[in-house]
Amino acid sequence: MSSKLVHAVYDDDDTLLHAVKDVKKADYHIEEVFTPFPVHGLDHAMGLAGTRIAVAAFMYGILGFTVAIVMINYIMIEDWPQNIGGKPSFSFMENLPAFVPVIFEMTVFFAAHLMVITFYLRSKLWPFKKAENPMPETTDDKFLMQVAVDGDEKKLMTLLKKSGAIDISIHENEHA
Amino acid sequence: MYTFAQRLKITAFVLMGLGLIGLAIGFASTPSTVAEAQAMVADAHGGHGDAHGSEHNAHDTHATDSHKEDTHHDDAYAADAHGEHHDDAHGEHLLHQLQNKPWAALYVAAFFFFMIALGTLAFYAIQRAAQAGWPILLYRVMEGITAYLVPGSIIIYVFLVLTGLHANHLFVWMDAETVAHDEIIQGKVGYLNVPFFLIRAAIYLLGWNAYRYFSRKFSLAQDNAPSGDISNHKKNFRISAGFLVFFFVTESMMAWDWIMSLDPHWFSTLFGWYVLASMLVTAVTVIALVSIYLKSKGYLPKVNHSHLHDLAKFMFGLSVFWTYLWFSQFMLIWYSNIPEEVTYFLTRIDDYNLPFFGMVVMNFIFPLLILMSSDYKRSNWIIVMAGIIIVIGHYIDIFNMIMPATVGDQWFIGWAEIGGFLFFAGLFIYVVFRALSKAPLEVSGDPYVGESERFVY
Repeated sequence: MSSKLVHAVYDDDDTLLHAVKDVKKADYHIEEVFTPFPVHGLDHAMGLAGTRIAVAAFMYGILGFTVAIVMINYIMIEDWPQNIGGKPSFSFMENLPAFVPVIFEMTVFFAAHLMVITFYLRSKLWPFKKAENPMPETTDDKFLMQVAVDGDEKKLMTLLKKSGAIDISIHENEHA
Repeated sequence: MYTFAQRLKITAFVLMGLGLIGLAIGFASTPSTVAEAQAMVADAHGGHGDAHGSEHNAHDTHATDSHKEDTHHDDAYAADAHGEHHDDAHGEHLLHQLQNKPWAALYVAAFFFFMIALGTLAFYAIQRAAQAGWPILLYRVMEGITAYLVPGSIIIYVFLVLTGLHANHLFVWMDAETVAHDEIIQGKVGYLNVPFFLIRAAIYLLGWNAYRYFSRKFSLAQDNAPSGDISNHKKNFRISAGFLVFFFVTESMMAWDWIMSLDPHWFSTLFGWYVLASMLVTAVTVIALVSIYLKSKGYLPKVNHSHLHDLAKFMFGLSVFWTYLWFSQFMLIWYSNIPEEVTYFLTRIDDYNLPFFGMVVMNFIFPLLILMSSDYKRSNWIIVMAGIIIVIGHYIDIFNMIMPATVGDQWFIGWAEIGGFLFFAGLFIYVVFRALSKAPLEVSGDPYVGESERFVY
């Protein structure tokens, strides 16, 4: 990893998207891009691998589905069968329609909450964490692209300037 | 321009021919006397004694819950006359069920294919009213499918008129003898009477067909309009919004009239919605199937995976929506367990166990699992496979709505059922693809056409 990073600032998401494509085409390594909102197609342009959160969500859903069945079977059938509206209280299958809403909600609950937690873990976020954002304006109306400097620094600068950056600066790479 | 492929045309005619043969055999093999009907059932059960015994039990149940069974003409009569006329009443009941069978099969198939065209029309109007950008390239496919609305409406209307003239006994409340013995139906006579029933049907059908006619006209006119002139597009937007208001009210009433009134004692407040869900999911599936077919023949070059992906998302989402309504209706009635409501599901679970639960697998579990993955929604053969299952599953759904009230436990998939399905499938293919060949497959003057061409998910 190189020790220097170029910070190029943009004020428009379309310009940024084209700049990312140009920089990628010229074979530079984009360290990170900071945007105030999700930019459609940016992950694709940066060449990021597709998210696997969907697979995780499916597995969490199955987990919730299983937990719900075990839980409601224990509560309503095994431990303390209750006569509710004369429904068959000693059989899980015969009482299934009444349990479907519970099973559905638990599936959704597990999938949703575990997905959020997974997202936090994968993004290395936790409460009171200090922001890693190099430029606070990217949470307002600016877009920032970090490019690693490899070889010809000048050529990279002209490329970025030509791509429509409103500000370009060089920084030491703290993570290198 | 699409040209109607000769092979497809022949396929359509063969389907119609086979269907007509099946329907003819179905109608020819109905019994005309009580004795014949009893003999047929006895044959089917492999022994008169057995059949009689089990039916005897079934009849006793009728007699005890005289209000539960709303499907039979001679119900109240049978309960009253239990002692003396037991065998007679029962035999006549059986005869009516068997005589109803080919009519009911015809009605299921006619309604099913009509519903595809109607659902597509509603889906099309929603896209128009929402000014959606993505489906513009599919408008002509949808317009092709809605072309079936005209023949479909005529067939349904003729069928309803014949039913009103007592050509069959599908609707119990049309039978004066039954109504005379049934206080619940007597209370509904102000709404459920033949003239008003036919007037309502005419209003629905005329309204829907009028929208179809004008939206198609404006859509074609927009193609030829000078660039910059989007007046036809705006007109289409306006009539689509108006149509949707008319449609959602009349669709609900149509579901009460044409399907729910087959069981005149029973009611469900979300029934119109439930039929709508079935309608929309089948319609979107058929749009996807027709688009994939046309694409495989080299047409629709600008329709890409993203468009099909969106259709598959609708197939997935509407399948879940259908299940939500199916379950909402089922669970509340199952839970409250009120005799006059729960009889609807008892007959289905007792006599229609396989189609009733089979359709939940076909319409929910299968599409849920197969269409969940984003990649699978972009794969043509998976959409086709899931689509065929969904279409058959919703045919069974309509079957489950109509058959229990009209033929009771005397159902089976026979000549008339298969024949009816094949005949209307053939007619549907013929009408739809002929309409597709009448206009360019790509809309050209629509202001959003560029958005649809660039559409990427």
